[in-house]
Amino acid sequence: MTVTPLGIPRRLLEFTIDGEVARVPEGSTILDACRAAGKDVPTLCEGDTLRPKNACRVCVVEVEGARTLVPACSRKAEPGMVVRSGGERVRHSRRIVLELLASSVDLSTTPRVAGWLKEYEAKPDRFGPAAARLDEEPRVDNDLYVRDYGKCILCYKCVDACGDQWQNSFAISVAGRGFGARIAVEHDAPLTDSACVYCGNCVEVCPTGALSPKREFDMRAAGTWDESRQTETTTVCAYCGVGCTLTLHVQDNEIVGVTSPHDNPVTHGNLCIKGRFGYQHVQNRG
Amino acid sequence: MDLHFGDSKPTDEERAAVDALLGPPESSWEGADRTDADLRWARGGRAARDRRDLLLPGLHAVNDRIGWISEGALGYLCRRLTVPPAEAYGVATFYAMFSVEPRPATVLHVCTDLACTAAGAAGLCAGVEKGAGPGVHVERSPCLGLCERAPAALAIRAGDPVRTAVAAPATVTAALLAATAPDSAPEEDPPALAVPQAGQEGLTLLRRVGVVDPASLDDYRANGGYTALRHAFALGPAGVIREVTDSGLVGRGGAAFPTGRKWQATASRPEQPHHLVCNADESEPGTFKDRVLMEGDPYSLVEAMTIAAYAIGAHRGHLYLRGEYPRALARMEHAVAQARARGFLGADVLGQGFAFDIEIRRGAGAYICGEETALFNSIEGYRGEPRSKPPFPVEQGLFGRPTVENNVETLVNVLPILTMGAPAYAAIGTERSTGPKLFCVSGSVDRPGVYELPFGATLGELLQLAGVRENLRAVLLGGAAGGFVRPDELGIPLTFEGTREAGTTLGSGVVMAFDDSVPLPELLLRIARFFRDESCGQCVPCRVGTVRQEEALHRIVARTGADAAGDVALLREVGRAMRDASICGLGQTAWNAVESAIDRLGAYR
Ligand SMILES: Cc1cc2nc3c(=O)[nH]c(=O)nc-3n(C[C@H](O)[C@H](O)[C@H](O)COP(=O)(O)O)c2cc1C
Ligand code: SF4
Ligand code: SF4
Ligand code: SF4
Ligand code: FES
Ligand code: FES
Repeated sequence: MTVTPLGIPRRLLEFTIDGEVARVPEGSTILDACRAAGKDVPTLCEGDTLRPKNACRVCVVEVEGARTLVPACSRKAEPGMVVRSGGERVRHSRRIVLELLASSVDLSTTPRVAGWLKEYEAKPDRFGPAAARLDEEPRVDNDLYVRDYGKCILCYKCVDACGDQWQNSFAISVAGRGFGARIAVEHDAPLTDSACVYCGNCVEVCPTGALSPKREFDMRAAGTWDESRQTETTTVCAYCGVGCTLTLHVQDNEIVGVTSPHDNPVTHGNLCIKGRFGYQHVQNRG
Repeated sequence: MDLHFGDSKPTDEERAAVDALLGPPESSWEGADRTDADLRWARGGRAARDRRDLLLPGLHAVNDRIGWISEGALGYLCRRLTVPPAEAYGVATFYAMFSVEPRPATVLHVCTDLACTAAGAAGLCAGVEKGAGPGVHVERSPCLGLCERAPAALAIRAGDPVRTAVAAPATVTAALLAATAPDSAPEEDPPALAVPQAGQEGLTLLRRVGVVDPASLDDYRANGGYTALRHAFALGPAGVIREVTDSGLVGRGGAAFPTGRKWQATASRPEQPHHLVCNADESEPGTFKDRVLMEGDPYSLVEAMTIAAYAIGAHRGHLYLRGEYPRALARMEHAVAQARARGFLGADVLGQGFAFDIEIRRGAGAYICGEETALFNSIEGYRGEPRSKPPFPVEQGLFGRPTVENNVETLVNVLPILTMGAPAYAAIGTERSTGPKLFCVSGSVDRPGVYELPFGATLGELLQLAGVRENLRAVLLGGAAGGFVRPDELGIPLTFEGTREAGTTLGSGVVMAFDDSVPLPELLLRIARFFRDESCGQCVPCRVGTVRQEEALHRIVARTGADAAGDVALLREVGRAMRDASICGLGQTAWNAVESAIDRLGAYR
C-alpha cells in the first residue's frame, strides 16, 4: 500500500508580485510563487530534490526595502512582501550573470540557457577573446560517467547530492577558491581512487551536462545522441527488494540511459549503480 | 557515513603533529595499529564527528610542523576526526597559508598591497625573489596588517615549534634574514610604536598600550583592569545590555550595526547554548587596529569578551584570530592562560558563579573568513564560505546556535561604557556616532599608526595629526571595500553619518593617504586583484565578476579618454551586478573603490 503523506495543512500568506496578489502556503519560496503565477524565472543551481544553495544568482528578484536583489529560489515569501520579478534592475543582473557564465564555461549542453541568453540580450563576447575561461579537458577515468568541468558552473548540486542530502558518500567537494574553485575528489585524484560508488545521483542533478553518463558522452561525441528520437518507458528495477521506479530512455530500440522520477516518493530521482548503469543485460539478445 | 581512506600513510612526524593536538589514537579505526578488539567493535563515529571543528587546528598542526599537507597527513587527520577526505581537501585548498603541494619549510610572505606598494614593495619583492635560496618559498601577499611599517614581510618557518619573524619596514637583507634565521632576526617594534599618541592624556581605548606590560595580568589590574567586569556583575546581564544599548555603541567591524540590539536579540533566544565570537580576522587592507589592541593590551579583550558572554548568557567564546598575526596570537594565548590560571576565566569567574572560557582559533589566510557567517563555517571545519541570510547569526550562528559576533574594537569599547556609564560615553562623539574611534592611518604621512579620536573629527584634522605629506593625491577610506576621496574633501567629518552623506564610508577605520608616486591605475589593479584572489567562489557575480573587473582594469591601465570609455562602461555594468546580486559583502563592495576612483578622482579621464 502506498501512503501519500499529506502533512499538516499550511496557512496561506499573501504578498504581491509585479503588482498582482499572490497567495501561497507558508514556507513557500518567492520562486514557488512566481512559478504558480506562471512567471518564468531562470534558475540554474536550484533543484527540485535539493535544498537551495543560491549560488548562481540568475534567479534574483527585487524585494521592496531590501538593499540588494534577493534570490527567488531560496528566499521565503513573507506576508506583505512587494516583489518585482522583472524590470530593468532585475534584468540587468540576470543578463550580467548569464554573460559571466557564458564567457567562462561551455554552456552548449545546458538546457534552456540559449533561450535566456537571447531573452536577456546577453553578449558574452564583449569581455574580449582574452577573457579567462575554465577550459578543462573531459575526464574519462571510469566506464560509467564522465566529468567535463569545462562545462561546470559550480552550482554545488553534485556535492549536495553526494553528501548528506542524498547519497552520504561524500566523494566530491569544492576545492580551491574563487575562479580557481573546482569540483574534485581528494587530491584531485581519478574517481576510481575515491569514495565514489557510481550511483550517478550527481549526474542526475547536474544542470549543465558537465557530468554525463559515459554512454551519452560517447554518443554525443559520435553525433548520434538525439533526444527527439528518444522514448521513455517506466518500469521497476529488478535488482533488489526496494523496487525503485526506473525510467528507461530508449533510442532506436536501445536503452541509452536510466533515470528515476524526481517526484517518486521512494527514490526522489536517486538510484544505485545497478539501477542506473546496469541495464546492458536487458538488451542481451543472445 | 562509510568513509573511504586512501592508502597513503602519514610520516612519523606528521602523525606526531596530529597526535600532539588530538592525543594518541584509541583504536585502528582512528589510525592506530590494529588489535583484536578492533575487529569486534568499531569506534569513532559520532563522537569523533562531533570534533569536526578540530579540522582547521589539525591542518595548522601539520602545516606548522612540516610546511605543507601531504596526502598521508590529510588522510590520517581525516581518520582521526571522521571527516570525508574530499571535504578536508576542499577545506585545505581554501586557505592561502596551506599548501597541498610540497614546498620549502620556510615561507616568506611579502606584502604587495597598497601601503607597501607605495613604500616600494615592487623592488623589495624582486630583490627577495632573486636573493632567496632554494630553502625559502616567497609568497606575494595581500596586506599583512603592518601598514604603519610598510613595506612589510613575514617569515614562517615550519618545525617544532613553528618559528616566525617580521621584517618591517623591510629591506631585502632584513627580509631574507627573517626567513633564513627567524630566531636571530631583530625583535620587531613594540606595538606602542604603532600608536603615535601612546602615553598621552585623554585616550580611552589606547590608554594602556605602551603603558602596561602586555604579559602581566597584575599590571593590567593595577591600571584599571577588571573594574568593568565587576560593574557588570553588579548590573546583571540585562543591566549590561541596557548600558550598551544606551551608549549608542555600533559595530566597528565595518557594518555599523547597533551592538546592544545584537546582544539583546541573542540573549532572548530560547535555544541553548548561546555563543560569543570575537572577530579578530582583521584582513581588510590597511587595517591594523585590532592587532595593536591585542598586542598592546590583550587582557582588555579577555575582560570585554567575558562581559559580553555574561550579558548574552554564553559560556564559551571563540576568538578567531588572523593567521598572519603571530605576535597577537602569542599575547592572546598567554593572556587567556593567565586569566584562566587566576580565576578570571573558567568554571567560576571571580567567584560569581558564572562559567566562561575562551578558545582561540587561527585563521589561515582568507579575507572572506572575516565575514561573520564564513567565520562560523571556518571554525566549524568547513570551507569559509558565507551562508545565506536569513537566518541571521543571532538566531542560528556558530554550530547553529544563537551567536553574537563582534569585532575586537567593538568589544573593547564595552569597558569604558561600563566604567564611565552609558550617558558619559554617549556624550563622546556625535549624536549618531558615539564614543571614541580608532583610525588606521598609513601611506603618505610622517607618523603612520593607530589614532584614537572622538567621532566627529574631520579627515583633515586626522591627517594633520599624522603629518600628511605634500602632493596628496587621494585618500582611501575604509580599505579596499571602501572608497577614495579627493584632497579637497578633507572637511568630511569622520562619523558614520558624515561619511555616508559624503557618499563614502568609514568601514573599518582605514585612512590611507596617497601622493602621486604610484599611478592610480596601478593601485586600482591591486585592489581588483585582491578581490579576485579573495573571492570564495561561491556565487557567479563575484567569482567571475571580480575576474572580468581585473581584466578590464588591465586593459586600460595606460589608457584614458575615449580609449578607456568602453571598458569603463563595462566595469560599471559588471560592478552594478556584483553590488546587486552577490551573496555577501565581499562581492557587493568589490567595485566600490574602483567606482569612486572613476567618479571622484577622475581616473581614466
Ligand atoms: C568580506 C568581509 C570581510 C570582513 N572582515 C572583517 C574583519 O576582518 N573583522 C571584523 O571585525 N569584521 C569583518 N567583517 C564584518 C563582519 O561580517 C561583521 O559585520 C562584524 O564582525 C560584526 O562585528 P561588529 O558588529 O562588532 O562590527 C567583514 C565583512 C565582510 C563582508
Ligand atoms: S556517482 Fe554517487 S558516489 Fe559517485 S560522486 Fe556521484 S553522487 Fe557521489
Ligand atoms: S559538475 Fe554539474 S552539478 Fe556539479 S557543480 Fe558542476 S554544474 Fe553543478
Ligand atoms: S560575494 Fe564573493 S565572497 Fe561572497 S559569497 Fe559570493 S563569491 Fe563568495
Ligand atoms: S537558481 Fe537561485 S541562485 Fe541559482
Ligand atoms: S602591510 Fe602591506 S599594505 Fe598593509
